[in-house]
Formats: sequence, C-alpha cells, structure tokens
Amino acid sequence: MPRKVTYTVGRAGGPTREITVDVHDLDVDPWGADAELRVVGTDVPRLEASQKTTGAARYTYDVNRPNMALCRLLRSPHAHATVRSVDTSRAERLRGVLGVNVLVPAGGRITFAGKGVVAVCAENEETLDDALHAIDVSYDVTGGPVTTDDGRAPGAERVDPKRDNVNAGGRRGRQERGDPQAAMAAAATKVSATFRTQVQTHSALETHGCVVEHHDDGTYTVWASTQGTNAFRGSMAQTLGVPADRVRVITEHMGGGFGAKLGAIDEWDRAAAFFARDLMRPVKAMLLRRAEHQVAGCRPDSIQELSMACDGDGKITALSGTTHGTAGNGRGGAGAANTRIYRIPNLAMEQVTVSTFTGRARAFRAPGHPQGVFALEGIVDALAIAAGIDPLEFRLRNDPHPLRQVQWRLGAERMEWDRKRREFPGTGAVRRGVCCAAAVWRQKGGGDYVVNLEIRSDGSVTVKNAVQDIGTGTRTVLAVLVAEELGIAPEQVTVRIGDTQYPAGPSSGGSTTAPSIGPAAREAGHHARLRMAELLAEDWSCKPGEVRLDGVRFAGPGGKSATWGEACSLIDKSGLSVSGQRRKNYGGFSGETAGCQFAQVAVDTETGVIRVERVVAVHDAGRIVDTLTARSQVVGGVIQGISYALHEDRQLDRNLGDMVNPTFDTYRILGIGDTPRIDCLLTTLDSGFNNAGMMGLGEPVTVPTAGAVANAVSHAIGVRMTEIPITPARVLAALGGVR
Amino acid sequence: MADKKVGGAGGVTRRALLKGAGAAGAAAALAGSVEALAQETDGGGAGGAVAGPGPVRMTLSVNGKARKIVAPPRRTLLDVLRSDLDLTGAKKACDRGTCGACTIWLDGKPVYACMVLAIEAIGHEITTIEGLGTPDALHPVQAAFGKHDALQCGFCTPGFVMTTAWAVEKHGKRLDRQLVMAETSGNLCRCGTYSHVIAAALDAAGAAADAAPDEREGR
Repeated sequence: MPRKVTYTVGRAGGPTREITVDVHDLDVDPWGADAELRVVGTDVPRLEASQKTTGAARYTYDVNRPNMALCRLLRSPHAHATVRSVDTSRAERLRGVLGVNVLVPAGGRITFAGKGVVAVCAENEETLDDALHAIDVSYDVTGGPVTTDDGRAPGAERVDPKRDNVNAGGRRGRQERGDPQAAMAAAATKVSATFRTQVQTHSALETHGCVVEHHDDGTYTVWASTQGTNAFRGSMAQTLGVPADRVRVITEHMGGGFGAKLGAIDEWDRAAAFFARDLMRPVKAMLLRRAEHQVAGCRPDSIQELSMACDGDGKITALSGTTHGTAGNGRGGAGAANTRIYRIPNLAMEQVTVSTFTGRARAFRAPGHPQGVFALEGIVDALAIAAGIDPLEFRLRNDPHPLRQVQWRLGAERMEWDRKRREFPGTGAVRRGVCCAAAVWRQKGGGDYVVNLEIRSDGSVTVKNAVQDIGTGTRTVLAVLVAEELGIAPEQVTVRIGDTQYPAGPSSGGSTTAPSIGPAAREAGHHARLRMAELLAEDWSCKPGEVRLDGVRFAGPGGKSATWGEACSLIDKSGLSVSGQRRKNYGGFSGETAGCQFAQVAVDTETGVIRVERVVAVHDAGRIVDTLTARSQVVGGVIQGISYALHEDRQLDRNLGDMVNPTFDTYRILGIGDTPRIDCLLTTLDSGFNNAGMMGLGEPVTVPTAGAVANAVSHAIGVRMTEIPITPARVLAALGGVR
Repeated sequence: MADKKVGGAGGVTRRALLKGAGAAGAAAALAGSVEALAQETDGGGAGGAVAGPGPVRMTLSVNGKARKIVAPPRRTLLDVLRSDLDLTGAKKACDRGTCGACTIWLDGKPVYACMVLAIEAIGHEITTIEGLGTPDALHPVQAAFGKHDALQCGFCTPGFVMTTAWAVEKHGKRLDRQLVMAETSGNLCRCGTYSHVIAAALDAAGAAADAAPDEREGR
C-alpha cells in the first residue's frame, strides 16, 4: 500500500509549494526543500578521478585483447553515387589481411559521403592502411544538394527518389494557437528577422567504436563507447542473431558522446561483430577522427524566419515564422525549439526538414535547443530594444517560470547588469556588450531501474547497475546518495557500473541519467540502513525502530553507539544484499528546469575578433547531489556553447559533398586560451518528482550560451547578429553595413 | 587468404571459417618469423642503413625501463606505446598533432606522441602518464586535477596532466592564469573542463588562485 506524504517542494527560501504524493511502500520518504543533508549538496571529487588522471582508466579505445585484430571501413568519397564496381582482390592478397567484406556491392546507391563500402579486418594498423588503399571502387557520380538551401531549391536532386526533399507540414512540424495574424496587426511593436545556425559536429575526443570478442561457448563480450549499455547490447544481439543474454557490454569509461553515441549500433560495429564471430578473434573497430566528423553525427543547421510582436506594456503577443533545417539523408529531426520559455499567447510556427546528401544528424546535447533559443532570444532582444524596454526587464515581464524570475535577478546582480548596460559599449576600437538568454529543459527521468547494493562485514559497500558514466559524474552521484543514507563517506562506496551483467540502467540521453537512477540508489541505501538497524537491534536487544543514524554513527537506547565498521562486523559471511528501485514520478514543483546565462563580450571593431570575457550561468536541476561535478557540467555547457557561437562550422564541398574540415585543426573547437571567467550559480531545489528531488543538468546548461553571446555582441556593436558562428568576417560585414 | 564471406552479414560457411582460422594461424606464425629475422635498428636514415619497410627490432627507454619491441618503422610512438606496450594512458584522438590527448614527455619535454615515429624516439627518454604517478602515488598535478574536477569524460586528461605537470615544473609559483592558458594551449578538451584545469594548475604550482571568484553557490 502506498502511503500519502505531504511535503514542501521547490527552493528553500522560495518559491515553494506543498504537494501530497503517494510514496511506494518500499520507498523512502522524499527529502523536501528544507532537508538538511550531510554529503548531498557538497563538493565531492569524482570517484574515478585518480584512474583518469593517471591513465589507468581503460576506455574502449584502450582495450587490447590477446590476438586482437583491427577493423576499418573504406568509405565513399562521394555524396551521391552508384557503385559501379568493387575490386578487393589486391587487398585480399595482402599478408595480414584477415577478412574483406563488401558492404555496398556494384549497383548499390550512396547517399552521403563517408558511407562504408568495404569492411576490412587485418592484423594491425599498417596492414589495414595498405589494404584500404589496395581496394578499387569505381562510382557513377551523380551529385546532389548537401546544404539546406540547395536541398529545398526547386528541381533539386532527390535524396529519396519517391519524395520531395522538403517534408513540410504534417502535424508534428506545425504549432498553432490563438490568432497571430490579428495580434501582429494590433501590436504596439513588431520585429522580423532571419536567423541562421550552422551544422555542428559532436567532436567527442574518443571516437565511436567497439571491441567484440566471441567466446567458445557462443557468448560475446563487447567493449563499447556508448551512452547506453543496454540499448547497445540489444542492438548487437539482434545483429548477431543471438539472445541478448549471450552478449555482455562493458563501458567502464567513455570518452565523450554528447548524444552521438545513443541507441543502436553502427555499421562499423556490425562489421567488427561479423569478423569477430567468424574469425573467433577479438576485433576492434574505432573510427578515425575524419570519419567521426564525417558520419558519426551532427547538430542540424537552421534557417529561422521569425516575427514577434508585443503590446504597449511590453508583453509578447505573437510569434510566427518558419524554420528550415537539414538532418542529412534522413527525413526528420531538424527542428529548432524556438517557441518555448516565454508566454506567447498567439503562435504560428512551421518546422520544415530538408533532406540532403549528408550523413545523418544525431541527438546533440539539447537537440533543437541551442539553435532555437539563439533565434528566440535574438528576436526577443530585438523586440525589447525596439519597444524601448530594458532587455532584462522585458524578459521578466514575459517569463512565467517562478524560479527563472529569481535566477534572472541573481544573474543580473552578479553580472552588474544595470551598470554595464549603462556604460557599455563605450568608445574606441574595442566595444563591450553584455546580454542574456534563458535555458529550458523538461526531462524528469523515469523508468523502473533497479540498483543492487552489497555490504560486507569488512565495511565495504558496493553499488551495481549497468548504467554508464559518460563523464557527467553518474558514478559519484550514486555513491553520494548511498553514502548519505548510510552515514559514510562517498569514497567508501565502490560503484560498479557500465556492465550489462548488472541490472539494466537508463541510456544517457535527455539529461535523464541521474534522476532515473539516483532515486533507486537512495532507496537501496535506505533498505541497507534498515537492515543494519535490524542487526544492531538484535545485538543491542532493542527494537530496530530504536536504532537511529546520528550523523556518521548508529545510536541506540541507553547510549549504545556503533561506528560503520562496528555495525558491519555483525554482517555474516554471505554479506548483506539489498536493492532499490526507481518509482513513478510524483507531481513535482515545475516540469521545466530553469536557467539563464549572462555573457559579457569585448569586440575589436577593427579586426572583428570577439572575446567572451565573462559568463554568469544560473541553473537549476532540482537537488544538486554533487556540487563539484555539477559545476563541471555547467562550465562545460558554457564552453561548448561559446564554441558553437563563435567557431564551430562543418564545411561541405558543395560540388563533391564531402566535409572539407573533418579534423581538429580545421574544425575549430574552443581552446583553453579563449576560456572566460565563468560564474556558476546553482539554485538548488527539491524538484518534487522523486525521493531525492533530482532532475537533469547536462543539457540545459548549453542551451542559452550562444544566444547570450550573440546578444552581447549585438549590444557591443549595435547591429543585430543573426548568424552563428559569429566569425570576425561576419562582425566586420555587420559593421560595414552600418558604416 | 581470407575468404570474402568472412565478416559478412549472412554468417560464414564452414569452409570459409576454416580458411579464416588458417589465415590467422599463418599470420601469427609469420609474425614470429619476422621477429626472428628483424634487425635491431638505431633509427635508420642519415649515414646508416635504412630501416624497414618490414618490422624492425628496437629498444625504447620508457618510464626508466628498456623496452624491446618489433614494429614497422612507420609505426608512430603513440601506436607503439598503446598497442605494443599496452600503455594506453596516452590517447589517440586526432592522430595529427592537434588535440594533445597523446602528450608524453620526450627527454622531459611535452610532445605529441602521434607526431613522432617510434624509431625517432630511440635513444631518448620517454615518460608517459603511467610514469608520472599512479592512483596510489599521485603526482601533485594529478591530485589537483581530481580535487578541482579538472576532468569529465577524462579522455583528454592524461595529455592535459602531462602538459600541466611540465608547466608547473617550469614556472613554479610564478605560474598564473595567462601562463597556464599559453602553456596548455596545445591541448583540447571537448567536455569543457578548461576553467577547472586552470584552477588545478595554479593550485598544484602553489600559485595564487584567481582573483575573481569563478564559482560560488547562488543564494
């Protein structure tokens, strides 16, 4: 029987509200806004830090197995072509080549540059290189559009011969409410602009790939650089035609994914699996950097034509427009989230996906949001200025989120908004600007994941689940939650994760990992504590209910007391084993996490070079379990956002369709020398969705950065920046337009 | 020779499997014979005999130990460390001297191991991240990286640690924010740990922390 619990959710000191929830009879009572906790909400260094800083941590790329072979694909250099012939005979004759498998035979059609045509398996890197060079593939090259503009042009070559490249309309692509036309006509102020964003590649340092080992008993062990051990296992088992329990997937450490490593296995994984199966040898297939940029995912571009209106009180009345974008040779997924955050009573927005002959986009840290919010915040900023209202004041008038109302003020104070808006841009060659943008995200997590917890008489505590830690600190979060319940230090907890031999865990997507698995860890810790109380009660001849945890010691009637070690000595040889489960979400405080960022930039008007000098980032993710790794997420989101705003840009050869900058020296990501001072303000609260009050943080923190930076540049130079990346050339062009 | 059917989606025929196993066995035997035949090289080139193109024997000094290996002379130091010596702390991320994830020390100075051939490293002292400190005996820079959470996914971290440790040694207490940025600018991080790398470097050097408060909790 669930029990009713009434408690306060939200932020201690406001805003808060009371909710009544049904708590599962096995679950622990939720903490609530006023909970005073011992280790939750403090700085806890990540558990695996010393493994990672010493090189001891083994990533998939680092797995060396006895007698291991290597696999790589020969890729099409053409975006749109038909394979005329494939001659692998010279490669097959090379010493050290173990297998050659044609993926696209003669007559097969290619729809993006980088498509694997032949898979090769060889003894070592050098032989692999030689073999790939020794394969002759001839193509009938057709050509075709690779950019959104070219793809939607009349008469453009079709990616899918049966469909137009422009898949406009459909219910999913259209949002409508109220009467935007009438609202526009009646508006006190109205602005229109077209915003453009580029294609961004994920650029994780560890490329995609796996190592597959086929055992004599027909089972497989697969080391994979994946954001979802269980999803990867299911997909791999299906490919191999074996039950999922014959495949064990291990992801002990993962070198970055940002969304690109979610879901099903890829063609290089399949190639490695087939070679491993047939050769009975471990096979490693890791992408080279070039292929990683070319084919392993990207954030779609966007062209967002927007109009926005407000009334005489500075209240937004309408937003209308159309968004075009390409997610590559697929048919969907190129939308921009440009209609959220602010109260918009009248809305008409159409999202159009354009198919092009390019590699398919993949989920990328807050899909649709950095580009959508860049445009939304750009038009909001323009409207505020046109209406003669301070841009921050304008946002406060139109933002319905109670917590973001608090955050805007916190951030403004830290950034010294009033003074800087008054004093900037200043005079002289270098002009300064300061502005802001909002973050939004709404994932609460869920599922019914189980966490196992074992305690031994030596005091050791082990947490087990298949969930992977993609660098966000999942391992540490689980340890902190268990430690809180047991009165011990997080470093006393061993967390075994990233292995499908443990209970299934969530994929790391949508910022749902921590809130999906954390509450199960807390419940497991709670059950362990109850069992410890039973053991002590027996020893002390009292009732379990009389044993309480007093900080880091167990205490009982008559001054009885036991340290963690003393209590654990009562555990028998078989150890103590309990589990906790993720229960259904409660009503919650707000379904949307809130955040906002303020950016200060200096723009050299003679060279066009922009320097981001400071960012103030204010974010909520429900209760922050580990403030140290949480700040890392925020700082990382800001840095990626600046990189997106100023530098990153996938360049394609419009003639041949291949990426011309698939390397880190030509595809620029932000370096340490361009890192501004970043103030990170975490407005922690109890989300009211689960026993720990958690939500996710990884994605919202990168949502507003590009918008804030672009608006700050606009403030500095007095011209609305409508296209990212804001390169020096674009700054000079914008200035040229007003000179 | 391997059969085309090996690695195909439809599975392998018995005949192909036998052939595949034969090829693997033959290759292993061949590798053994090459090793026996290979001449010890001093790096080849100017004035001496040209090494290769087949595998050659060489001796490298890695973390204070002489390590004998047999590898083609075109193999990079990074690949030799990672594959032949199983020292996988140095990462392969860009493989063209841009990202710094493979940074090691050659005679005490940071270099990109992906841009050095193994035979070029003969006669030089190679220090890898594994030689800097261990989880049980951390180098001060490694400890500072942990304390300040100057890592997320951690793939760039060994390279960053190698560069930072060198910079800390070079500048000591004079290290400041600008110097850290300049000295480590050859290392890239995608997770965005830079702010914390700066804090860790200054802490390890015993230098004054940043004047401005980078991160404080909101009220």
